[in-house]
Amino acid sequence: MGFEKFGKVNYTAETKVKDFADYLEKGKIEATQCRVCKKVYFPPRMDCSNCLSKDQMNWKEIDNEWTLLTYTKAHFAPTGFEEDTPYILAIAESSEGLKTLARISKDVSEDKIKPGIGLKLVPVKLPHDKTAYEFRLSSE
Amino acid sequence: MSNVAVVGVGQTAFTRACGVSIKELCFEAFKEAVEDAKNLQVQDIDGSIVCSAPEYDKQRSPAGAIAEYLGLNPKPTFYVESVCASSTTGIRAAYGLIKSGLNDVVAVVGFQKMSELSSTEVQERMGRGADIMWESPFGLSMPAGYALFARARMQRYGMTEEQMARVKVKSSKYSVLNPKAIFQREVSLEECLGARAIAAPLKFYDCCANADGASCIILANSDKAKKITDTPVQILGLGAASDSLSLANKASLTGLNCAVEAGKQAYKMARIQPRDIDVAEVHDCFTIAEIMAYENLGFCKPGNGGKLIEEAQTYIDGDMPVNIDGGLLGKGHPIGATGGSQVRTIVMELRGDAGKLQVKGAEIGLVHNIGGVGLYGNVIVFGR
Repeated sequence: MGFEKFGKVNYTAETKVKDFADYLEKGKIEATQCRVCKKVYFPPRMDCSNCLSKDQMNWKEIDNEWTLLTYTKAHFAPTGFEEDTPYILAIAESSEGLKTLARISKDVSEDKIKPGIGLKLVPVKLPHDKTAYEFRLSSE
Repeated sequence: MSNVAVVGVGQTAFTRACGVSIKELCFEAFKEAVEDAKNLQVQDIDGSIVCSAPEYDKQRSPAGAIAEYLGLNPKPTFYVESVCASSTTGIRAAYGLIKSGLNDVVAVVGFQKMSELSSTEVQERMGRGADIMWESPFGLSMPAGYALFARARMQRYGMTEEQMARVKVKSSKYSVLNPKAIFQREVSLEECLGARAIAAPLKFYDCCANADGASCIILANSDKAKKITDTPVQILGLGAASDSLSLANKASLTGLNCAVEAGKQAYKMARIQPRDIDVAEVHDCFTIAEIMAYENLGFCKPGNGGKLIEEAQTYIDGDMPVNIDGGLLGKGHPIGATGGSQVRTIVMELRGDAGKLQVKGAEIGLVHNIGGVGLYGNVIVFGR
């Protein structure tokens, strides 16, 4: 247990990266880096598919400069997300070459959203003591 | 070594709510395939493979229930799943069994009864189709996944919403000629473009419908095939590949890499080039998916897929007829049955049995069946 507080709807309570959710609550977004081969993972993981090391990861703050690759405005949602619609889902790539999917904050005006813009990932607090992260404009 | 041929094909009509059990649904497709095979008795079938997406089934281990109902005991049976690509994965497994000599004649039965669950239950499962740890918690769905590809392509290649809409216009033109298709009405370009947004830029008519249905493909080694039917259709090449489940980690956001990889393998094995294909069935779960398939299978250069549909090259009288049975957009998409339905269409085309949907003189056909959002890719090349 420990990871159930990540995300509006969570399906994975048990994981070796549960500390990620604690860091997020404290306002920090952490990646992991393999002590053996130095590969960086975000979202984080404790097992390295590059060198097959197990539990040999250090937590490492992400390099928080992202470029928007693509996005969609979702008007229909899976169970648990209905009241959020419409919301914008995006994939962005970091200056370290990591890629991740998250929502773009509803505070970002839609006319500013297009592939290529600079983004940063920020922790967000959700109702019922849940936590997540979302993209905001890097200029804000 | 003996080759593998399709000797019988069958499918039910694809409908919103079939009103029968999954066993009865599968029986209908199986009966049609056995009768299609002409000189085949049920006892000649020495193995079966049952394919569906289990999260939509109430029955645990459906292969057991269906093999019993079809009268296939005590022959071996097992179940395979690769979501929307399940039944072509079943055909790949059957090919291996026959080629190795373990079996002579194998029935691949694909089915899905989407109406078995309430729309709330379907909506709940939709949320778990993405990576449940890092992507589902943001509210990702299948249409949103394909919409991310669409937006990336609009940015990179200047692909337009109108080009996507033209895929549905083509699909509806042909589905009205296919009595087994769910969608029995032609839609106009204006109607498609004016439809409500689902996951922008994808709109209502860019998305296929869930459906109930079953398909059955019977395969045999060449010696048996010659005795069973005068018109066996040969499997000339197969390819299969995978990509990441995570959308963020896909090899590309402008095409499906699993389709590119599977296509290359199938062409190499069949010793053909994309231009040798006379008719193709591709996995158009969304209009954008068909446009990417054109490029990923080498029917045109990357970026030119939108132009191909704009120029009507993939209509029945075009250079490369694609989904002229209506495709998933027109037929509906009963997940586990879809690949088998695509194979049925190509087999009928190559036999010259496709009626109003016949491509004249078709000799080589291709099936492209994708599971998930570019997760599993199967490509199979067939020849007369």
